[in-house]
Amino acid sequence: MLRRLHHEQPESFAFTPENLAWAETQITKYPEGRQASAIIPLLWRAQEQEGWLTRPAIEGVAEMLGMDYIRALEVATFYFMFQLKPVGSVAHFQICGTLSCMIMGAEDLVAVARDKIAPNPHELSPDGRFSWEEVECLGACSNAPMAQVGKDYYEDLSSDSFGDLIDRIAGGDVPVPGPQNGRFASEPAPGLTSLKEYDAGKPTHNVSAALAVEHGDTLKRIDGTEVALTAPWQGKAKSRKVAVKARKVTTPGAAEAALSDKGENAKPRATGKAAPVAPEGSGKKPRTLSAPRKAGADDLKQIKGVGPKLETLLNTMGFYHFDQIAKWGPEEVFWVDQNLEGFKGRVSRDDWVDQATRLAAGEQTEFSKKVKKGDVY
Amino acid sequence: MLKDQDRIFTNLYGMHDRSLKGAQARGHWDGTAAIIKKGRDWIVDEMKASGLRGRGGAGFPTGLKWSFMPKESDGRPAYLVVNADESEPGTCKDREIMRHDPHTLIEGCLIASFAMNAHACYIYIRGEYVREREALQAAIDEAYDAGLVGKNAAGSGWDFDLYLHHGAGAYICGEETALLESLEGKKGMPRMKPPFPAGAGLYGCPTTVNNVESIAVVPTILRRGPEWFAGFGRPNNSGTKIFAVSGHVNNPCVVEEAMSISFEELIETHCGGIRGGWDNLLAVIPGGSSVPVVRGENMQGAIMDYDYLQKDLRSGLGTAAVIVMDKSTDIVKAIWRLSKFYKHESCGQCTPCREGTGWMMRVMDRLVRGEAELEEIDMLFDVTKQVEGHTICALGDAAAWPIQGLIRNFRGEIEDRIRAQKSGRTGAMAAE
Repeated sequence: MLRRLHHEQPESFAFTPENLAWAETQITKYPEGRQASAIIPLLWRAQEQEGWLTRPAIEGVAEMLGMDYIRALEVATFYFMFQLKPVGSVAHFQICGTLSCMIMGAEDLVAVARDKIAPNPHELSPDGRFSWEEVECLGACSNAPMAQVGKDYYEDLSSDSFGDLIDRIAGGDVPVPGPQNGRFASEPAPGLTSLKEYDAGKPTHNVSAALAVEHGDTLKRIDGTEVALTAPWQGKAKSRKVAVKARKVTTPGAAEAALSDKGENAKPRATGKAAPVAPEGSGKKPRTLSAPRKAGADDLKQIKGVGPKLETLLNTMGFYHFDQIAKWGPEEVFWVDQNLEGFKGRVSRDDWVDQATRLAAGEQTEFSKKVKKGDVY
Repeated sequence: MLKDQDRIFTNLYGMHDRSLKGAQARGHWDGTAAIIKKGRDWIVDEMKASGLRGRGGAGFPTGLKWSFMPKESDGRPAYLVVNADESEPGTCKDREIMRHDPHTLIEGCLIASFAMNAHACYIYIRGEYVREREALQAAIDEAYDAGLVGKNAAGSGWDFDLYLHHGAGAYICGEETALLESLEGKKGMPRMKPPFPAGAGLYGCPTTVNNVESIAVVPTILRRGPEWFAGFGRPNNSGTKIFAVSGHVNNPCVVEEAMSISFEELIETHCGGIRGGWDNLLAVIPGGSSVPVVRGENMQGAIMDYDYLQKDLRSGLGTAAVIVMDKSTDIVKAIWRLSKFYKHESCGQCTPCREGTGWMMRVMDRLVRGEAELEEIDMLFDVTKQVEGHTICALGDAAAWPIQGLIRNFRGEIEDRIRAQKSGRTGAMAAE
């Protein structure tokens, strides 16, 4: 299959310090002189950081590993998990379409995606936040049909639950992955036929879903601070977990921001315009309230990108009203972005300030109308 | 039905304690050092005696494969590579091992590596399994922390490092030499054999590539004895096996069962029967997408093991990924979907496969709609024969077999469809 690099590429690529440390550790898994082995994990991390795999990233990784560019390009174009053009800034839905999923209704899921996201695979939704594609067997066949979003599998879907899933993610929610029909993992749905003694007292989620829940916002791009770096094979003492300080210098979406918008759709993509240039490591805490004003708190869920979980979080942080958010400048946005536990970067990604300004002025947005009608939550 | 105490994967669904402590409470990591102290030859002989056949699809005897590794090192290191690139459509068994019962695999890696004189083992997991990778890495970290892996692993005196590596969505990397190419940082294109990996594999060193399930059952076999394992299933098909049932059964699931269980018992006991009853069963693919499809009526009395499915039904057990299709399925379209899969996944190295998979898919596409001539069915069959056996790896064969199975078993449906299209009547199909 012909796979080419995107016609518009950003100027440069750099791993975040944490991702760089991670990448350098991966290289030590392989014998001296065999560092090229690390290319797939490194390219993958670059894609996780940027959203898609850019030419500067491919070349940068090739240089790290002492490989010719062409060898790295061969790898990048050969493997289908590498997205060679931008995908939705919030989520890229990968629907499994191979036999087991097909006969269990994958075609219906594709129809939902065509309707709700974009008519064609790999096409960005009008707001640039979503895209979808049909992929080959994802190896969760007993839980068919299913789809992958970012790192997570959403299994046992129906067209209704899949549509609902897209809506919830669009509304800023991070739905719990795993089977969506109440099943635990891949056991017979109505009840166990074997290993029954472990049924009672089982954990809330299977491992995959539990890990996702632990991570919180599993949809956001990763900068390497999410998980402690481990390298047990390096044979250090027991405390070999390399502590990585949580520090963030890159702005998610920088790759797209660097793209020229010439020839693209007239409306700049959400991430492109939203990424605020904030001074490194700084940010200013906005003014907060200890309780909502007398008239009661605003329904913050009317902001696209704020779901019920985020609304609760914002309230506990002292934010109850649209006008509070509307007043944030770049420094405040940066501070909140950094301090939204589990949802870092959401303020700028979904451009809350602009939305809140309009809502505070009594205007409506497309999204707030839908919320009011009760279509979303 | 297999009793719970005879199951190897006692935490297949992850409902029990998933940590190292939990695994040890269920009997894993028990006496690992003692097993290793019995020596390389003992382990290989026990594995041969157990009759374990590779669980990745080909069914090659595992003990025999291990014995191909050089006894003495010529200065090059040896490697064990675990194939966790589970991508065969229908197959979702290794995922359950890696995320819910990872210590069976980690302990198996240590013992198998020792048996092959390898100090390092790479597990190559498919890229899409991100959470499974995290879960497995967490378990590996736990094992390192407990001294079960690393220098003097588990107190056996054997130094052993275990690395987790991942791919990026190429089915072909499940082929062992393509996997090694990919692990070396190249495109996953299969190598010519010979030399076989046991002679020159990863980085040109002696290497054995084994499936996750084949390695994960090793510690339990050695603890409980080869006779115990060989006690399940018919001769030459021994052991327990994880079956992954998908498609039109009432309760699709992954379950460990004894080999040679009857298809009916498997479906009735664990899957709640066929959707709409046994009369509604149209076809079954008993071993993952690469094996030929079997008509439903022939499956009813089938025995689920390598020999019966291959010799009596001209299909195969493959990875024991059972795809069940009821009469609502368009069988021609189902096989067309597999042709599309193989076209997508052909690595493009050998001409018969690169061109043939596309050609076969396009003819299948017309057969689905009935826009073809009757002679083209034979022509398609002929093309599959020209692809089969004429490529470096088995992907060409795997692309050919489902179509051959379709033509052998469902020729009538294809012909009806062509006739109906020609006469402009769809009545012939509706009358069925």
